[in-house]
Amino acid sequence: MSNLSELPVQVYTADSQMRSPRRLLGAMLGDLISSRELAWRLFVRDLSAQYRQSLFGVVWAFVPPIVTSVIFVFLQARNIINFGETNIPYPVYVLVSVLLWQVFTESLNGPLKSVTAAKPLLVKINFPREALIVSSFYMVVFNLLIKALILGVIFVVFRIPLTWGLVLAVIPVFMLIFLGFGVGLFITPLGVLYNDVATSLPVITQLFFFVTPVVYPPPQTFPLSLIVILNPVSPLLIAARDWITTGQINNLPAMLIISGFSLILLFVAWIIYRIALPIIIERISA
Amino acid sequence: MSEILVSVEGVNKKFCRSLKRSLWYGVRDLVSELGGRSSQRSHLRQDEFWAVREAAFQVRRGEALGLIGHNGAGKTTLLRMINGLIKPDSGRIEVRGRMQALIALGAGFNPVLTGRENVYINAAVLGIPKAEIDRRYEEIVDFSGIREFINMPVQSYSTGMVVRLGFSVAAHLEPDVLLVDEVLAVGDLAFRNKCQLRIQELKKRGVAIIFVSHNLHAISHVCSRAIAIEKGRIVYDGKVEKAIDLYRESLINLYQEPEELRAGTGEIKIQRIELLDAADQVRKEINMGDFLKVRIHYVTTQPVDNPIFNITFSILYGEQVTGLRTDVDGFEVGRVDGEGFVDITIPHFNLLPNVFTIDATIFHPDGFTFYDRINKIATLKVRGGLLINGTAFLPHDWATSQEVKTATESQTPFR
Repeated sequence: MSNLSELPVQVYTADSQMRSPRRLLGAMLGDLISSRELAWRLFVRDLSAQYRQSLFGVVWAFVPPIVTSVIFVFLQARNIINFGETNIPYPVYVLVSVLLWQVFTESLNGPLKSVTAAKPLLVKINFPREALIVSSFYMVVFNLLIKALILGVIFVVFRIPLTWGLVLAVIPVFMLIFLGFGVGLFITPLGVLYNDVATSLPVITQLFFFVTPVVYPPPQTFPLSLIVILNPVSPLLIAARDWITTGQINNLPAMLIISGFSLILLFVAWIIYRIALPIIIERISA
Repeated sequence: MSEILVSVEGVNKKFCRSLKRSLWYGVRDLVSELGGRSSQRSHLRQDEFWAVREAAFQVRRGEALGLIGHNGAGKTTLLRMINGLIKPDSGRIEVRGRMQALIALGAGFNPVLTGRENVYINAAVLGIPKAEIDRRYEEIVDFSGIREFINMPVQSYSTGMVVRLGFSVAAHLEPDVLLVDEVLAVGDLAFRNKCQLRIQELKKRGVAIIFVSHNLHAISHVCSRAIAIEKGRIVYDGKVEKAIDLYRESLINLYQEPEELRAGTGEIKIQRIELLDAADQVRKEINMGDFLKVRIHYVTTQPVDNPIFNITFSILYGEQVTGLRTDVDGFEVGRVDGEGFVDITIPHFNLLPNVFTIDATIFHPDGFTFYDRINKIATLKVRGGLLINGTAFLPHDWATSQEVKTATESQTPFR
């Protein structure tokens, strides 16, 4: 047993944590670091449980983007819809975009899904709450690696030249993840309280899919060009896609601005999440 | 004076009765918290009530404190505030050292994964480093006693097995402060004893323990001090026996009405029951070992031949202790008509101090169908010192092979 004076002291009062920002930031950082092991365990748990109860396992990671892409390739080929010319073969364009879009939506849904699934734990055990978010981040990154495999196949089949852009694309891809997590984490406290959030999320995501240049090239004329300017997902997605497929981008400033915005949003959402949890937990278990 | 590890000062907590409103208050509290305003509010909003009111106590190193109270008295809420899961509405809680909670056993278990995998997950949730689990893995599996199943998916385990495994992981924590909430209610008797021993061991090592349970035996075994909570307020803080006594008393007050589970064919009915002492005075409380006469008053609507009278004693909201029947004892009541009573004389009421409820039944001579029955028709409180281990008192004497110089009286409560 250590000496009394050496023991860490934890104080709980009614005071808002916002009043002692330095202590709050210190605690956030400390918990983020101490949550690594738990986050990894939770990630491994979810992954092995997912694949152990499945016959085809990782195949399911490939199916949705391919199906979505095939649909749009078919529609475009038959002239049912016409999005105009893309600078690279349309199938490549769609598949890469859809993969990137999926990275974003997985990130967007990750926090709420993770926290909702952990409700029984949250109301009973005091563990670093960051672990839930970090583990769902690991899951997104794992899925990203699987997507890279699909990408590899496309590159071989369509003989796309390899460029340094593939390496640079890591930046907008991770920013896409951070943006998704930022928004996802931001809505998590409310989403834990009210089902409405989780229910409306797929609908809104669906809507966003069409106002983001995923399956069509970014429109250049007003007012449709607003899609690119006002939608924060667009610059990141376009930058990532262009770097991957052509090796160069032409929206660097926009991408950097949105990247900064994403990081700030994620940080603010993290603070809100942290402060919200004790209040939310009281409401969901009382 | 040993060191204080947990200190609770003037803590209040409100809860809301209506879910819709509760969620909305949650949103509002969240907004005000983010705005930097403290959620400290002394007034109750609509539908709110005090779940914990002005709670104040301290727990020292090596001390085990029991929290006793009805369901909804605020024990668990208090524990959750100490655990840091929810914030107090006012007041201050200070905890020194590493805190662990034995509250949700098997937390984070995934049913399709094996016992072994889940041990590691559970440990991570509880904050035990992997290296430590690697080192103590064999010990944990041995403690759980389910080695042969450890590589099977947890979904094929019985509830008891899950709890065993969960407790085995948790039991290898090395906290300074341990919170225990009703976890020993499951699992078989042998395992429960093992858990209790483990908690005792931690206590000896200097861990401060706060223990919530409805199992008063467990509390009296483990705890050195107890707090009785009623409607969110601490009504007593001190000796375990006294706290248990208060709790039992409040249980009687809370549920004094006899259960209206009246049924039967009705030719003869129970009017009331009287509990009498040797001088035929009506009593509600007796000392252990005292004389007791139970008088069952009946009234008939038509003459009844040889009804069977039966009374049973149960621990208040616990199991039945004993039952007495005229037919088993070979006592013929004969033909009864009109009003009258039947007496059962118990020369020494040898049940240990507790509160007992009495059920009365009058059976047909077949011993199966009944004329009338009333559950919990009366309660009897048995007083008598510290003897709360077990149910029955056996009159006894002690002897030794050595020559005894000073004659010592056996410790019998009979006077």
